[in-house]
Amino acid sequence: MNKVVENADQAVASISDNAVLMLGGFGLCGIPENSISALVRKGVKGLTCISNNAGVDDFGIGLMLQGKQVKKMVSSYVGENAEFERQLLSGELEVELIPQGTLAERCRAAGAGVPAFFTPAGYGTEVAEGKETREFNGKMYLLEHAFDPDFAIVKAWKGDTDGNLIFKATARNFNPLMAMAGKHTIAEVEELVEPGELDPNFIHVPGIFVNTIFKGTDYEKRIEQRTVSAG
Amino acid sequence: MLDKNGIAKRIAQELQDGYYVNLGIGVPTLVANYIPEGMSVTLQSENGLLGMGPFPTEAEVDADLINAGKQTVTTLPGSAFFDSATSFSMIRSGRVDLTVLGAMEVNDRGDIANWKIPGKMVKGMGGAMDLVASAKNIIVAMMHTNKAGQSKLLKECTLPITGLNCVKKVVTNLCVMDITNRGFELRELAPGVTVEMVKEATEGRLVVEGNIPTMNL
Repeated sequence: MNKVVENADQAVASISDNAVLMLGGFGLCGIPENSISALVRKGVKGLTCISNNAGVDDFGIGLMLQGKQVKKMVSSYVGENAEFERQLLSGELEVELIPQGTLAERCRAAGAGVPAFFTPAGYGTEVAEGKETREFNGKMYLLEHAFDPDFAIVKAWKGDTDGNLIFKATARNFNPLMAMAGKHTIAEVEELVEPGELDPNFIHVPGIFVNTIFKGTDYEKRIEQRTVSAG
Repeated sequence: MLDKNGIAKRIAQELQDGYYVNLGIGVPTLVANYIPEGMSVTLQSENGLLGMGPFPTEAEVDADLINAGKQTVTTLPGSAFFDSATSFSMIRSGRVDLTVLGAMEVNDRGDIANWKIPGKMVKGMGGAMDLVASAKNIIVAMMHTNKAGQSKLLKECTLPITGLNCVKKVVTNLCVMDITNRGFELRELAPGVTVEMVKEATEGRLVVEGNIPTMNL
């Protein structure tokens, strides 16, 4: 079975209006830049995007917001984006805010075949409204459910044509969890190699979870907070 | 009275050798500047890094290596990278020894509000709710009063809650207080601050017993 496609446009070809997408990344670190650009070119609308953040005005998911392609964002933190704020306040955009650990675990559960789990995060807060609670060993927990996305779109450092993936540094973040969670997972990689070239000891996501893979190009890797020391 | 750096310096005195520590954005981040010489403290950044090093030089900057504040950072010998679920596994299962957070309000039972102001754009809670729900020891770094001079150490939080009964200690510009079932127990005063000043600035139950020492910074 061939998982390899030529480019991002081919990779996202089967994504249609109103799809539920997961997009990897933390801030702008480890986001699937090529796939986001392809989704902007394709112009699909009514998307639900599950992603820790919503990009900045002119980069990342912010580009899809500019094109009014996103109906709903599911995130833990959505600052740094004026267009996001405008659409939210005008009612064009719906947002669901989720504690970051719960967001990660809801991805992990989806990829692990676990429909729901209990977590203490958010107990006693508005996050708990309408949710089942239960006491374990004297502490209160909330029932949270696995996500059910149509597509997961992730960015890896290296991948092989079988779909095995390796991530770099903190660009890993949500990417492996989302790769495992997608009913159809698309991976864009900086380096695409033949099977056997990646050491099996160092694979982060086994290829069984990946349906489509392509070599990305022209990574900008924009930095949000360039902090340097004099050295 | 303490400035932001003074608060960070005082909190650094709570560190112990071998601690794994998560520092929130803002004043808590400054605590890293005051880790005592020779003490081994490992910083956890919830985006997926254990063993966070200092900011990189211009030549070392790597867009793929950031902290939870999205700042470029470096690794140290012994650092580890991991995914976000593993990161919050460490947090929820109590492996992180100390969490330092900022807050808008804290009440005298240790409830904290630090993620949302009604009527203002909500940016989100990030990892704060996970951290406060699970951390073994939470110290809050904050100003004792808001810009209008009103107490931020209250009987009841007025803002949406981030977590219940979780804050153990508060270090403000005025003092150090432990939160026990009796309320805010005054432990130390900042230089130049009197018990009367703390009483005036604290709306929640305040316990003052014996002679309160001045901080040794």
